[in-house]
Amino acid sequence: MSLTADNVKKIAHLARLGIEQQDVASYAKDLSGMLALMTQMGDVVTDGVEPMAHPMDQAQRLRADQVTEQDNREKFQSIAPQVEAGLYLVPKVIE
Amino acid sequence: MNSPWETVIGLEIHAQLATKSKIFSGASTAYGAEPNTQACAVDLGLPGVLPVLNEEAVRMAVIFGMAIEAHIAPYSVFARKNYFYPDLPKGYQISQMELPIVGIGHLDIDVDGVTKRIGITRAHLEEDAGKSLHENFHGLTGIDLNRAGTPLLEIVSEPEMSSAKEAVAYMRKMHELVRYLGICDGNMQEGSFRCDANVSVRPKGQKEFGTRAEIKNINSFKFVEKAINHEVERQIELIESGGRVVQETRLYDSVKDETRSMRSKEEANDYRYFPDPDLLPVLIDEDFKALIKARLPELPQAKKQRFKEQYELDDENATLLTSSRALADYFELVVKEAASPAKICANWVTGELLAALNKAGLEITDSPVSHERLAGLLKRISDDTISGKIAKQVFEALWLGTATADEIIEDQGLKQITDTGAIEAIIDRIMADNMGQVEQYRSGKDKVFGFFVGQVMKEMQGKANPGEVNKMLKAKLK
Repeated sequence: MSLTADNVKKIAHLARLGIEQQDVASYAKDLSGMLALMTQMGDVVTDGVEPMAHPMDQAQRLRADQVTEQDNREKFQSIAPQVEAGLYLVPKVIE
Repeated sequence: MNSPWETVIGLEIHAQLATKSKIFSGASTAYGAEPNTQACAVDLGLPGVLPVLNEEAVRMAVIFGMAIEAHIAPYSVFARKNYFYPDLPKGYQISQMELPIVGIGHLDIDVDGVTKRIGITRAHLEEDAGKSLHENFHGLTGIDLNRAGTPLLEIVSEPEMSSAKEAVAYMRKMHELVRYLGICDGNMQEGSFRCDANVSVRPKGQKEFGTRAEIKNINSFKFVEKAINHEVERQIELIESGGRVVQETRLYDSVKDETRSMRSKEEANDYRYFPDPDLLPVLIDEDFKALIKARLPELPQAKKQRFKEQYELDDENATLLTSSRALADYFELVVKEAASPAKICANWVTGELLAALNKAGLEITDSPVSHERLAGLLKRISDDTISGKIAKQVFEALWLGTATADEIIEDQGLKQITDTGAIEAIIDRIMADNMGQVEQYRSGKDKVFGFFVGQVMKEMQGKANPGEVNKMLKAKLK
Protein backbone atom coordinates (compact mmCIF):
# COMPACT_ATOMS: atom_id res chain seq x y z
CA MET A 1 0.00 0.00 0.00
CA SER A 2 1.28 3.40 -0.87
CA LEU A 3 0.16 6.72 0.57
CA THR A 4 -0.84 9.74 -1.50
CA ALA A 5 0.00 13.32 -0.68
CA ASP A 6 -3.62 13.81 0.41
CA ASN A 7 -3.37 10.85 2.82
CA VAL A 8 -0.33 12.42 4.40
CA LYS A 9 -2.02 15.80 4.77
CA LYS A 10 -5.07 14.20 6.34
CA ILE A 11 -3.02 12.20 8.84
CA ALA A 12 -1.04 15.32 9.73
CA HIS A 13 -4.25 17.24 10.27
CA LEU A 14 -5.73 14.51 12.49
CA ALA A 15 -2.57 14.48 14.57
CA ARG A 16 -2.46 18.29 14.56
CA LEU A 17 1.02 18.28 13.06
CA GLY A 18 2.10 21.29 11.02
CA ILE A 19 4.08 19.94 8.08
CA GLU A 20 5.65 21.89 5.24
CA GLN A 21 4.20 21.46 1.80
CA GLN A 22 7.69 20.75 0.43
CA ASP A 23 8.08 17.77 2.81
CA VAL A 24 4.81 16.04 1.90
CA ALA A 25 6.27 13.95 -0.91
CA SER A 26 9.15 12.61 1.15
CA TYR A 27 6.83 11.80 4.08
CA ALA A 28 4.59 9.92 1.68
CA LYS A 29 7.56 7.93 0.43
CA ASP A 30 8.90 7.11 3.92
CA LEU A 31 5.52 6.17 5.37
CA SER A 32 4.72 4.04 2.33
CA GLY A 33 8.01 2.23 2.90
CA MET A 34 7.00 1.45 6.49
CA LEU A 35 3.63 0.16 5.35
CA ALA A 36 5.38 -2.03 2.79
CA LEU A 37 7.37 -3.60 5.62
CA MET A 38 4.12 -4.27 7.51
CA THR A 39 2.64 -5.84 4.41
CA GLN A 40 5.69 -8.05 4.12
CA MET A 41 5.19 -9.22 7.71
CA GLY A 42 1.60 -10.01 6.80
CA ASP A 43 2.94 -12.80 4.58
CA VAL A 44 4.10 -14.80 7.61
CA VAL A 45 1.74 -17.69 8.27
CA THR A 46 0.26 -17.09 11.73
CA ASP A 47 -2.69 -19.50 11.58
CA GLY A 48 -3.21 -21.04 15.00
CA VAL A 49 -0.94 -18.51 16.73
CA GLU A 50 -2.76 -16.56 19.44
CA PRO A 51 -2.14 -12.82 19.49
CA MET A 52 0.17 -11.82 22.32
CA ALA A 53 -0.42 -8.71 24.39
CA HIS A 54 2.67 -8.97 26.59
CA PRO A 55 5.91 -10.92 26.27
CA MET A 56 5.43 -12.35 29.78
CA ASP A 57 1.83 -13.31 28.96
CA GLN A 58 0.48 -11.10 31.72
CA ALA A 59 -3.10 -9.97 32.31
CA GLN A 60 -4.27 -6.59 33.54
CA ARG A 61 -3.94 -6.16 37.29
CA LEU A 62 -6.91 -4.64 39.03
CA ARG A 63 -6.79 -2.18 41.89
CA ALA A 64 -9.25 -1.95 44.79
CA ASP A 65 -11.81 0.83 44.51
CA GLN A 66 -10.30 3.24 47.02
CA VAL A 67 -9.64 6.95 46.91
CA THR A 68 -5.89 7.26 47.34
CA GLU A 69 -5.23 10.65 45.73
CA GLN A 70 -5.11 13.96 47.57
CA ASP A 71 -5.96 17.36 46.17
CA ASN A 72 -2.82 18.69 44.47
CA ARG A 73 -4.50 21.36 42.41
CA GLU A 74 -2.15 24.12 43.47
CA LYS A 75 0.90 22.13 42.46
CA PHE A 76 -0.55 21.08 39.11
CA GLN A 77 -1.79 24.55 38.27
CA SER A 78 1.56 26.15 39.07
CA ILE A 79 2.81 24.92 35.67
CA ALA A 80 -0.36 25.84 33.73
CA PRO A 81 -0.13 28.88 31.45
CA GLN A 82 -3.39 30.39 32.70
CA VAL A 83 -5.84 29.52 35.48
CA GLU A 84 -8.85 31.24 37.00
CA ALA A 85 -11.32 30.22 39.70
CA GLY A 86 -9.65 26.81 39.88
CA LEU A 87 -10.12 26.22 36.15
CA TYR A 88 -7.49 25.74 33.47
CA LEU A 89 -8.03 28.37 30.80
CA VAL A 90 -7.62 27.51 27.13
CA PRO A 91 -8.42 29.30 23.86
CA LYS A 92 -12.13 29.24 23.12
CA VAL A 93 -13.08 25.98 21.41
CA ILE A 94 -16.71 26.57 20.54
CA GLU A 95 -17.93 28.95 17.83
CA MET B 1 -51.25 7.65 11.72
CA ASN B 2 -50.70 6.21 8.30
CA SER B 3 -47.32 7.53 7.32
CA PRO B 4 -45.50 5.85 4.42
CA TRP B 5 -42.34 6.21 6.53
CA GLU B 6 -40.86 3.92 9.11
CA THR B 7 -38.55 5.11 11.88
CA VAL B 8 -35.47 3.22 13.02
CA ILE B 9 -33.85 4.13 16.34
CA GLY B 10 -30.83 2.83 18.19
CA LEU B 11 -29.65 4.22 21.51
CA GLU B 12 -26.23 4.54 23.09
CA ILE B 13 -26.58 5.02 26.80
CA HIS B 14 -23.76 6.25 28.99
CA ALA B 15 -24.17 5.13 32.58
CA GLN B 16 -21.69 6.51 35.07
CA LEU B 17 -20.61 3.65 37.31
CA ALA B 18 -21.05 4.28 41.03
CA THR B 19 -17.45 3.65 42.08
CA LYS B 20 -15.70 5.70 44.75
CA SER B 21 -12.57 6.25 42.68
CA LYS B 22 -11.91 6.73 38.97
CA ILE B 23 -11.57 3.97 36.45
CA PHE B 24 -7.79 4.32 36.07
CA SER B 25 -6.72 6.39 39.08
CA GLY B 26 -7.28 6.76 42.82
CA ALA B 27 -8.92 10.20 42.54
CA SER B 28 -12.41 10.62 43.97
CA THR B 29 -15.48 10.59 41.72
CA ALA B 30 -17.71 12.50 44.16
CA TYR B 31 -19.91 15.02 42.38
CA GLY B 32 -19.83 18.74 43.04
CA ALA B 33 -16.27 19.26 44.32
CA GLU B 34 -14.32 22.47 43.69
CA PRO B 35 -12.96 22.48 40.12
CA ASN B 36 -9.85 20.34 39.53
CA THR B 37 -9.49 19.24 43.16
CA GLN B 38 -10.26 15.67 42.15
CA ALA B 39 -8.03 15.48 39.10
CA CYS B 40 -4.73 13.71 39.75
CA ALA B 41 -1.67 13.27 37.54
CA VAL B 42 -3.23 10.28 35.73
CA ASP B 43 -6.44 12.20 35.00
CA LEU B 44 -4.43 15.18 33.77
CA GLY B 45 -2.44 12.97 31.42
CA LEU B 46 0.91 14.12 32.80
CA PRO B 47 3.97 12.37 31.36
CA GLY B 48 5.13 9.19 33.03
CA VAL B 49 1.84 8.11 34.58
CA LEU B 50 0.20 4.75 34.02
CA PRO B 51 -3.46 3.80 34.29
CA VAL B 52 -4.43 0.97 36.68
CA LEU B 53 -7.88 -0.50 36.20
CA ASN B 54 -10.46 -0.26 39.00
CA GLU B 55 -11.73 -3.72 39.96
CA GLU B 56 -15.12 -2.41 41.00
CA ALA B 57 -15.75 -0.93 37.54
CA VAL B 58 -15.05 -4.34 36.00
CA ARG B 59 -17.30 -6.03 38.54
CA MET B 60 -20.15 -3.61 37.79
CA ALA B 61 -19.83 -4.15 34.04
CA VAL B 62 -20.02 -7.92 34.61
CA ILE B 63 -23.08 -7.53 36.86
CA PHE B 64 -24.74 -5.54 34.10
CA GLY B 65 -23.81 -8.15 31.52
CA MET B 66 -25.37 -10.90 33.62
CA ALA B 67 -28.54 -8.87 34.12
CA ILE B 68 -29.10 -8.56 30.36
CA GLU B 69 -28.15 -12.23 29.85
CA ALA B 70 -25.18 -11.24 27.75
CA HIS B 71 -21.97 -13.03 26.98
CA ILE B 72 -19.21 -11.83 29.32
CA ALA B 73 -15.95 -11.65 27.42
CA PRO B 74 -13.26 -13.79 29.07
CA TYR B 75 -10.72 -11.57 27.29
CA SER B 76 -11.35 -7.91 26.64
CA VAL B 77 -9.09 -5.11 25.51
CA PHE B 78 -8.86 -1.34 26.07
CA ALA B 79 -8.23 0.88 23.08
CA ARG B 80 -7.36 4.51 22.53
CA LYS B 81 -9.91 6.68 20.78
CA ASN B 82 -7.94 9.60 19.44
CA TYR B 83 -9.27 13.13 19.14
CA PHE B 84 -8.30 16.59 20.30
CA TYR B 85 -10.39 18.56 22.73
CA PRO B 86 -9.19 20.56 25.74
CA ASP B 87 -11.26 18.57 28.24
CA LEU B 88 -9.44 15.41 27.10
CA PRO B 89 -5.86 16.12 28.23
CA LYS B 90 -4.23 12.94 26.89
CA GLY B 91 -5.48 13.52 23.35
CA TYR B 92 -7.26 10.16 23.52
CA GLN B 93 -10.04 8.57 25.49
CA ILE B 94 -9.41 5.10 26.88
CA SER B 95 -12.33 3.01 25.67
CA GLN B 96 -12.97 -0.42 24.23
CA MET B 97 -13.41 -1.09 20.54
CA GLU B 98 -12.98 -4.57 19.13
CA LEU B 99 -13.19 -6.65 22.29
CA PRO B 100 -15.73 -5.09 24.70
CA ILE B 101 -16.32 -6.62 28.11
CA VAL B 102 -20.06 -7.28 27.56
CA GLY B 103 -21.33 -8.89 24.37
CA ILE B 104 -24.78 -9.45 22.89
CA GLY B 105 -27.71 -9.30 25.33
CA HIS B 106 -31.25 -7.98 25.47
CA LEU B 107 -33.80 -5.98 27.43
CA ASP B 108 -37.59 -6.40 27.31
CA ILE B 109 -39.69 -3.25 27.21
CA ASP B 110 -43.45 -2.80 27.56
CA VAL B 111 -45.22 -0.35 25.28
CA ASP B 112 -49.02 -0.10 25.31
CA GLY B 113 -49.30 -3.46 27.02
CA VAL B 114 -47.12 -5.24 24.45
CA THR B 115 -43.72 -6.65 25.38
CA LYS B 116 -40.93 -6.12 22.89
CA ARG B 117 -37.41 -7.48 23.14
CA ILE B 118 -34.69 -4.98 22.28
CA GLY B 119 -31.31 -6.39 21.39
CA ILE B 120 -28.20 -4.99 23.03
CA THR B 121 -25.18 -5.10 20.78
CA ARG B 122 -22.55 -4.57 23.44
CA ALA B 123 -21.54 -2.67 26.54
CA HIS B 124 -18.03 -1.44 27.11
CA LEU B 125 -16.01 0.35 29.76
CA GLU B 126 -14.50 3.76 29.12
CA GLU B 127 -13.42 6.93 30.88
CA ASP B 128 -15.40 10.15 30.87
CA ALA B 129 -13.87 13.46 29.71
CA GLY B 130 -13.69 16.68 31.73
CA LYS B 131 -16.03 19.65 31.46
CA SER B 132 -15.64 22.77 29.36
CA LEU B 133 -17.17 26.00 30.64
CA HIS B 134 -17.63 28.57 27.93
CA GLU B 135 -19.02 31.50 29.91
CA ASN B 136 -17.41 34.43 31.67
CA PHE B 137 -13.75 33.83 31.00
CA HIS B 138 -13.11 36.87 28.81
CA GLY B 139 -13.18 34.94 25.57
CA LEU B 140 -11.40 31.86 26.93
CA THR B 141 -12.75 28.45 27.87
CA GLY B 142 -12.45 27.15 31.44
CA ILE B 143 -11.62 23.47 31.95
CA ASP B 144 -12.61 21.40 34.98
CA LEU B 145 -11.08 17.92 34.92
CA ASN B 146 -12.80 16.50 38.01
CA ARG B 147 -14.99 14.35 35.79
CA ALA B 148 -12.07 13.18 33.62
CA GLY B 149 -11.49 9.49 34.24
CA THR B 150 -14.88 8.78 35.80
CA PRO B 151 -15.91 5.24 34.79
CA LEU B 152 -18.66 4.93 32.21
CA LEU B 153 -20.45 1.94 30.85
CA GLU B 154 -21.57 2.62 27.29
CA ILE B 155 -24.53 0.44 26.42
CA VAL B 156 -25.26 0.16 22.71
CA SER B 157 -28.63 -1.10 21.53
CA GLU B 158 -29.49 -2.66 18.20
CA PRO B 159 -31.44 -0.31 15.86
CA GLU B 160 -34.63 -2.06 16.90
CA MET B 161 -36.86 0.69 18.22
CA SER B 162 -39.42 2.07 15.83
CA SER B 163 -40.85 5.07 17.70
CA ALA B 164 -39.85 7.74 20.18
CA LYS B 165 -42.22 6.05 22.62
CA GLU B 166 -40.28 2.79 22.40
CA ALA B 167 -37.01 4.66 22.81
CA VAL B 168 -38.30 6.31 25.98
CA ALA B 169 -39.57 2.97 27.32
CA TYR B 170 -36.14 1.44 26.66
CA MET B 171 -34.31 4.31 28.30
CA ARG B 172 -36.58 4.17 31.36
CA LYS B 173 -36.20 0.43 31.66
CA MET B 174 -32.44 0.72 31.43
CA HIS B 175 -32.45 3.53 33.98
CA GLU B 176 -34.45 1.31 36.34
CA LEU B 177 -32.11 -1.61 35.77
CA VAL B 178 -28.80 0.13 36.44
CA ARG B 179 -30.18 1.71 39.59
CA TYR B 180 -31.67 -1.60 40.66
CA LEU B 181 -28.32 -3.29 40.22
CA GLY B 182 -26.71 -0.52 42.24
CA ILE B 183 -24.12 0.18 39.54
CA CYS B 184 -25.26 3.74 38.68
CA ASP B 185 -27.06 6.38 40.71
CA GLY B 186 -29.09 7.34 37.63
CA ASN B 187 -28.93 11.05 38.42
CA MET B 188 -29.70 12.60 35.06
CA GLN B 189 -29.31 16.19 36.19
CA GLU B 190 -25.73 15.48 37.20
CA GLY B 191 -25.14 13.63 33.93
CA SER B 192 -24.79 10.18 35.50
CA PHE B 193 -27.15 8.74 32.92
CA ARG B 194 -27.37 10.20 29.43
CA CYS B 195 -27.97 8.97 25.91
CA ASP B 196 -27.23 9.51 22.24
CA ALA B 197 -29.91 8.53 19.74
CA ASN B 198 -29.24 7.25 16.23
CA VAL B 199 -32.27 8.07 14.13
CA SER B 200 -33.12 7.26 10.53
CA VAL B 201 -36.24 6.88 8.41
CA ARG B 202 -36.99 4.63 5.45
CA PRO B 203 -40.03 3.91 3.26
CA LYS B 204 -42.21 1.28 4.93
CA GLY B 205 -41.21 -2.20 3.85
CA GLN B 206 -37.71 -1.25 2.70
CA LYS B 207 -35.01 -3.54 4.05
CA GLU B 208 -32.00 -1.22 3.92
CA PHE B 209 -31.61 1.44 6.60
CA GLY B 210 -31.82 5.10 5.68
CA THR B 211 -28.90 7.43 6.45
CA ARG B 212 -28.83 8.13 10.15
CA ALA B 213 -28.20 11.21 12.21
CA GLU B 214 -26.86 10.97 15.73
CA ILE B 215 -28.41 13.20 18.37
CA LYS B 216 -25.94 13.78 21.18
CA ASN B 217 -26.15 14.04 24.93
CA ILE B 218 -29.80 13.82 25.75
CA ASN B 219 -30.23 13.89 29.50
CA SER B 220 -33.95 13.56 30.18
CA PHE B 221 -36.77 11.21 29.24
CA LYS B 222 -38.85 14.13 28.03
CA PHE B 223 -36.10 15.37 25.73
CA VAL B 224 -35.37 11.96 24.21
CA GLU B 225 -38.96 11.76 23.03
CA LYS B 226 -39.09 15.33 21.76
CA ALA B 227 -35.66 15.20 20.14
CA ILE B 228 -36.43 11.98 18.26
CA ASN B 229 -39.85 13.15 17.12
CA HIS B 230 -38.38 16.38 15.92
CA GLU B 231 -35.53 14.64 14.09
CA VAL B 232 -37.89 12.17 12.39
CA GLU B 233 -40.03 15.04 11.17
CA ARG B 234 -37.00 16.92 9.90
CA GLN B 235 -35.71 13.90 7.96
CA ILE B 236 -39.08 13.12 6.38
CA GLU B 237 -39.61 16.73 5.33
CA LEU B 238 -36.10 16.83 3.92
CA ILE B 239 -36.55 13.68 1.83
CA GLU B 240 -40.06 14.57 0.67
CA SER B 241 -38.84 17.91 -0.58
CA GLY B 242 -36.19 16.19 -2.66
CA GLY B 243 -33.30 16.48 -0.21
CA ARG B 244 -31.03 13.85 1.26
CA VAL B 245 -30.14 13.09 4.90
CA VAL B 246 -26.43 13.40 5.59
CA GLN B 247 -24.72 11.35 8.24
CA GLU B 248 -23.84 13.80 10.98
CA THR B 249 -23.96 14.57 14.65
CA ARG B 250 -26.76 16.84 15.78
CA LEU B 251 -27.41 18.56 19.06
CA TYR B 252 -30.88 18.83 20.56
CA ASP B 253 -31.76 22.32 21.73
CA SER B 254 -34.49 21.90 24.33
CA VAL B 255 -35.26 25.61 24.43
CA LYS B 256 -35.98 25.91 20.70
CA ASP B 257 -37.19 22.28 20.43
CA GLU B 258 -35.04 21.55 17.41
CA THR B 259 -31.90 19.66 16.49
CA ARG B 260 -29.02 21.36 14.77
CA SER B 261 -25.83 20.18 13.15
CA MET B 262 -22.91 20.00 15.57
CA ARG B 263 -19.86 19.41 13.47
CA SER B 264 -19.58 18.99 9.76
CA LYS B 265 -15.95 17.93 9.49
CA GLU B 266 -16.24 14.35 8.30
CA GLU B 267 -12.75 13.56 9.62
CA ALA B 268 -14.01 14.33 13.12
CA ASN B 269 -15.17 10.71 13.20
CA ASP B 270 -11.79 9.30 12.27
CA TYR B 271 -10.75 8.20 15.75
CA ARG B 272 -7.92 5.86 14.70
CA TYR B 273 -8.57 3.35 17.48
CA PHE B 274 -5.69 1.11 18.50
CA PRO B 275 -5.07 -1.14 21.53
CA ASP B 276 -3.81 0.89 24.50
CA PRO B 277 -0.24 -0.26 25.13
CA ASP B 278 -0.48 0.96 28.75
CA LEU B 279 -3.15 -1.57 29.61
CA LEU B 280 -3.06 -5.34 29.38
CA PRO B 281 -6.01 -7.47 28.34
CA VAL B 282 -8.61 -7.96 31.06
CA LEU B 283 -9.14 -11.62 31.85
CA ILE B 284 -12.36 -12.68 33.49
CA ASP B 285 -12.41 -16.25 34.66
CA GLU B 286 -15.19 -18.48 35.90
CA ASP B 287 -14.27 -17.88 39.56
CA PHE B 288 -14.64 -14.12 39.17
CA LYS B 289 -18.00 -14.60 37.49
CA ALA B 290 -19.19 -17.13 40.08
CA LEU B 291 -18.40 -14.70 42.90
CA ILE B 292 -20.43 -11.99 41.19
CA LYS B 293 -23.28 -14.32 40.33
CA ALA B 294 -23.61 -15.29 43.98
CA ARG B 295 -24.01 -11.63 44.89
CA LEU B 296 -26.35 -10.78 42.02
CA PRO B 297 -29.70 -9.55 43.37
CA GLU B 298 -32.95 -11.06 42.18
CA LEU B 299 -33.56 -9.25 38.89
CA PRO B 300 -36.59 -6.98 38.36
CA GLN B 301 -38.28 -9.29 35.85
CA ALA B 302 -37.93 -12.34 38.10
CA LYS B 303 -39.01 -10.37 41.15
CA LYS B 304 -42.07 -9.05 39.37
CA GLN B 305 -43.08 -12.59 38.40
CA ARG B 306 -42.55 -13.79 41.97
CA PHE B 307 -44.62 -10.91 43.38
CA LYS B 308 -47.48 -11.83 41.05
CA GLU B 309 -47.40 -15.46 42.13
CA GLN B 310 -46.43 -15.26 45.78
CA TYR B 311 -48.53 -12.22 46.69
CA GLU B 312 -51.20 -12.54 44.00
CA LEU B 313 -50.66 -8.98 42.85
CA ASP B 314 -51.93 -7.59 39.57
CA ASP B 315 -49.48 -6.58 36.87
CA GLU B 316 -49.67 -2.87 37.66
CA ASN B 317 -48.88 -3.23 41.35
CA ALA B 318 -46.19 -5.84 40.72
CA THR B 319 -44.50 -3.59 38.16
CA LEU B 320 -44.63 -0.55 40.41
CA LEU B 321 -43.40 -2.35 43.50
CA THR B 322 -40.44 -3.90 41.70
CA SER B 323 -39.42 -0.68 39.96
CA SER B 324 -36.78 -0.15 42.63
CA ARG B 325 -35.06 -2.58 44.92
CA ALA B 326 -35.62 -0.36 47.97
CA LEU B 327 -39.36 -0.18 47.31
CA ALA B 328 -39.64 -3.93 46.76
CA ASP B 329 -37.74 -4.60 49.98
CA TYR B 330 -39.94 -2.14 51.88
CA PHE B 331 -43.08 -3.85 50.62
CA GLU B 332 -41.86 -7.32 51.56
CA LEU B 333 -40.96 -6.14 55.06
CA VAL B 334 -44.41 -4.61 55.47
CA VAL B 335 -46.11 -7.84 54.40
CA LYS B 336 -43.98 -9.88 56.78
CA GLU B 337 -44.52 -7.54 59.71
CA ALA B 338 -48.20 -6.76 59.18
CA ALA B 339 -49.34 -10.36 58.78
CA SER B 340 -52.11 -8.88 56.62
CA PRO B 341 -53.23 -9.85 53.13
CA ALA B 342 -50.46 -8.83 50.70
CA LYS B 343 -52.99 -7.13 48.47
CA ILE B 344 -53.94 -4.65 51.18
CA CYS B 345 -50.26 -4.00 51.91
CA ALA B 346 -49.59 -3.43 48.21
CA ASN B 347 -52.48 -1.01 47.89
CA TRP B 348 -51.28 1.02 50.85
CA VAL B 349 -47.67 1.12 49.70
CA THR B 350 -48.48 2.04 46.09
CA GLY B 351 -51.42 4.24 47.14
CA GLU B 352 -51.17 6.41 50.24
CA LEU B 353 -47.44 5.99 50.81
CA LEU B 354 -46.17 6.58 47.27
CA ALA B 355 -48.57 9.50 46.82
CA ALA B 356 -47.26 11.13 49.99
CA LEU B 357 -43.64 10.47 49.00
CA ASN B 358 -44.19 11.90 45.52
CA LYS B 359 -45.86 14.96 46.94
CA ALA B 360 -42.96 15.53 49.31
CA GLY B 361 -40.38 14.71 46.63
CA LEU B 362 -38.91 11.91 48.74
CA GLU B 363 -37.53 8.49 47.90
CA ILE B 364 -38.72 5.38 49.68
CA THR B 365 -35.43 5.22 51.57
CA ASP B 366 -36.26 8.61 53.14
CA SER B 367 -39.83 7.69 54.03
CA PRO B 368 -40.86 9.21 57.36
CA VAL B 369 -43.13 6.19 57.81
CA SER B 370 -40.96 3.14 58.44
CA HIS B 371 -42.13 -0.30 57.36
CA GLU B 372 -42.78 -1.19 61.01
CA ARG B 373 -45.06 1.79 61.55
CA LEU B 374 -47.00 1.21 58.33
CA ALA B 375 -47.36 -2.47 59.23
CA GLY B 376 -48.68 -1.39 62.64
CA LEU B 377 -51.45 0.51 60.89
CA LEU B 378 -52.29 -2.34 58.52
CA LYS B 379 -52.64 -4.73 61.46
CA ARG B 380 -55.35 -2.54 62.91
CA ILE B 381 -57.21 -2.48 59.61
CA SER B 382 -57.05 -6.24 59.30
CA ASP B 383 -58.35 -6.89 62.80
CA ASP B 384 -61.16 -4.35 62.35
CA THR B 385 -59.92 -2.03 65.08
CA ILE B 386 -60.30 0.86 62.65
CA SER B 387 -62.12 1.41 59.37
CA GLY B 388 -60.41 2.18 56.10
CA LYS B 389 -61.53 5.79 56.33
CA ILE B 390 -60.08 6.29 59.81
CA ALA B 391 -56.93 4.50 58.64
CA LYS B 392 -56.19 7.38 56.26
CA GLN B 393 -56.43 9.77 59.17
CA VAL B 394 -54.02 7.59 61.16
CA PHE B 395 -51.66 7.45 58.19
CA GLU B 396 -51.49 11.21 58.10
CA ALA B 397 -50.52 11.25 61.77
CA LEU B 398 -47.90 8.55 61.09
CA TRP B 399 -46.47 10.70 58.31
CA LEU B 400 -46.30 13.85 60.41
CA GLY B 401 -45.16 12.40 63.73
CA THR B 402 -43.25 9.60 65.33
CA ALA B 403 -46.02 7.82 67.24
CA THR B 404 -47.06 4.27 66.36
CA ALA B 405 -50.47 3.52 64.88
CA ASP B 406 -51.63 2.04 68.18
CA GLU B 407 -50.63 5.17 70.09
CA ILE B 408 -52.42 7.40 67.57
CA ILE B 409 -55.59 5.30 67.67
CA GLU B 410 -55.54 5.33 71.45
CA ASP B 411 -54.77 9.04 71.82
CA GLN B 412 -57.33 10.24 69.33
CA GLY B 413 -59.96 7.70 70.37
CA LEU B 414 -60.31 6.32 66.87
CA LYS B 415 -61.15 2.77 67.78
CA GLN B 416 -64.01 1.38 65.76
CA ILE B 417 -67.14 1.00 67.85
CA THR B 418 -68.16 -2.61 67.82
CA ASP B 419 -70.47 -2.22 70.79
CA THR B 420 -73.74 -3.03 69.05
CA GLY B 421 -75.70 -1.42 71.87
CA ALA B 422 -74.15 1.97 71.17
CA ILE B 423 -74.79 1.69 67.44
CA GLU B 424 -78.33 0.54 68.05
CA ALA B 425 -79.08 3.56 70.24
CA ILE B 426 -77.90 5.92 67.55
CA ILE B 427 -79.88 4.15 64.84
CA ASP B 428 -83.01 4.39 66.96
CA ARG B 429 -82.53 8.08 67.50
CA ILE B 430 -81.89 8.82 63.83
CA MET B 431 -84.94 6.84 62.78
CA ALA B 432 -87.09 8.74 65.29
CA ASP B 433 -85.81 12.06 63.97
CA ASN B 434 -86.40 11.12 60.33
CA MET B 435 -89.73 9.35 60.25
CA GLY B 436 -90.45 10.69 56.77
CA GLN B 437 -87.45 8.88 55.31
CA VAL B 438 -88.32 5.74 57.24
CA GLU B 439 -91.74 5.76 55.60
CA GLN B 440 -90.20 6.29 52.18
CA TYR B 441 -87.85 3.36 52.64
CA ARG B 442 -90.61 1.11 53.83
CA SER B 443 -92.72 2.02 50.80
CA GLY B 444 -89.97 0.70 48.58
CA LYS B 445 -87.58 3.64 48.03
CA ASP B 446 -84.34 1.72 48.55
CA LYS B 447 -82.22 4.74 47.78
CA VAL B 448 -83.00 6.29 51.14
CA PHE B 449 -80.92 3.56 52.74
CA GLY B 450 -77.72 5.43 51.87
CA PHE B 451 -79.03 8.46 53.75
CA PHE B 452 -79.34 6.42 56.95
CA VAL B 453 -75.86 4.92 56.60
CA GLY B 454 -74.46 8.39 56.12
CA GLN B 455 -76.25 9.78 59.16
CA VAL B 456 -75.13 6.96 61.41
CA MET B 457 -71.51 7.15 60.28
CA LYS B 458 -71.53 10.92 60.72
CA GLU B 459 -72.94 10.58 64.20
CA MET B 460 -70.25 8.03 65.05
CA GLN B 461 -67.47 10.08 63.45
CA GLY B 462 -66.56 7.26 61.12
CA LYS B 463 -65.72 4.94 63.96
CA ALA B 464 -68.44 2.39 63.34
CA ASN B 465 -67.79 -0.70 61.32
CA PRO B 466 -69.69 -0.02 58.06
CA GLY B 467 -70.59 -3.67 57.61
CA GLU B 468 -72.06 -3.83 61.06
CA VAL B 469 -74.03 -0.61 60.56
CA ASN B 470 -75.50 -1.88 57.28
CA LYS B 471 -76.60 -5.10 58.85
CA MET B 472 -78.24 -3.46 61.84
CA LEU B 473 -79.93 -0.75 59.77
CA LYS B 474 -81.44 -3.30 57.42
CA ALA B 475 -82.87 -5.23 60.36
CA LYS B 476 -84.29 -2.12 62.04
CA LEU B 477 -85.81 -0.56 58.95
CA LYS B 478 -87.63 -3.67 57.90
